[in-house]
Amino acid sequence: MTVHSFQEHFDSLIDREIAIEPKDWMPDNYRKTLIRQISQHAHSEIIGMLPEGNWITRAPSLRRKAVLLAKVQDEAGHGLYLYSAAETLGISRDEMYDQLHTGKAKYSSIFNYPTLTWADIGAIGWLVDGAAIMNQVPLCRTSYGPYARAMVRVCKEESFHQRQGFEIMLTLSKGTEVQRKMAQDAFNRWWWPSLMMFGPPDAESPHTEQSVRWRIKRFTNDELRQKFVDVTTEQAKVLGLDMPDPEIKWNEERGHYDFGKINWDEFWNVVKGNGPCNKQRLEARNKAWNEGQWVRDAAMAYAAKKKNKAAEAA
Amino acid sequence: MSQQNKNEWPLWEVFIRSKAGLDHKHAGSLHAADAQMAIENARDVYTRRMEGVSIWVVESKHIRASDPGEAASLYEPATDKIYRHPTFYDLPDEVKYM
Ligand SMILES: [Fe+2]
Ligand SMILES: [Fe+2]
Ligand SMILES: [Fe+2]
Repeated sequence: MTVHSFQEHFDSLIDREIAIEPKDWMPDNYRKTLIRQISQHAHSEIIGMLPEGNWITRAPSLRRKAVLLAKVQDEAGHGLYLYSAAETLGISRDEMYDQLHTGKAKYSSIFNYPTLTWADIGAIGWLVDGAAIMNQVPLCRTSYGPYARAMVRVCKEESFHQRQGFEIMLTLSKGTEVQRKMAQDAFNRWWWPSLMMFGPPDAESPHTEQSVRWRIKRFTNDELRQKFVDVTTEQAKVLGLDMPDPEIKWNEERGHYDFGKINWDEFWNVVKGNGPCNKQRLEARNKAWNEGQWVRDAAMAYAAKKKNKAAEAA
Repeated sequence: MSQQNKNEWPLWEVFIRSKAGLDHKHAGSLHAADAQMAIENARDVYTRRMEGVSIWVVESKHIRASDPGEAASLYEPATDKIYRHPTFYDLPDEVKYM
């Protein structure tokens, strides 16, 4: 087949919603875009453990602690599913780690904000995992097979994450005045960064059209953001918390909530590395990686030794 | 499958039997120094919610896969043998239990 007919075959698979698998021919740009998207997603899952890990030892009860541990462990799992999906595209795990550790690769900006109180753990589960779910559910039908399969697994596990977060918020908002204020404060701080999780507005998102065509992306940033605002505003009523945005207002004509202007300068500033915790997050990752080197080496040496012994015995 | 990086733990493919009586099914892959560690990691990565009762692991480098580019010729011999399917045979309606 010529490149041209390879391309035609690929396009026809995409058009017929047939999955692309690792050994199938694919355009270079499709491969590159996927590697970037999947590895960034994996990095986000891994870095995402850090702000929550901050509260594991200080969870207010054994139940909350067990739940938070299980949630953070799931996020590690999500990172691993996604890294191995990316590896099927021909990039090595170490290469991806290196991109993360040197700051070359990006991860979701939301994890560069600090977790100041226990209520932040509630707000993260409710809002951050909630936004992640909204982003991720459509990806269960994305065109690249290994990515789609990883996302099915991820999405199955995410729903408990959001529910445990909402439960924390509910408990606090129905608690003492101090607890209610704590919940409101966390809501106020996490609301806007959560809206930014859907990425820049469609008008400024150059990749969207190609990615929608490839079914790497199934809805635009603004569509998903609007959906998130609509459902979350209703959920906030159940909590009895005030929306952090005074401009939130039901628009009868559109059938959606209108909302205020997002501070995109803040978003780009955090993306560029100037968020409150960017430095801290990368340092923690590098420290874990470097200090784990001897463990990885020892495991390899031990495996080699066992192999030699087995060979001698045979 | 990615080429093995020198310092990396080898890559393993993980297959899981979700319950007795069913086949092992490919679940994904992971890195581990040896087979024992691959099984233990597979337990943590792929069966946190009782998804399995048995785990197989095999080093990814041992998997040989057919070439999708040759799919047409590889499966061609089967395409014109519709007489391998029961629906190929015309039997009178009176014939029961067949
Ligand atoms: Fe996750
Ligand atoms: Fe996620
Ligand atoms: Fe999550």
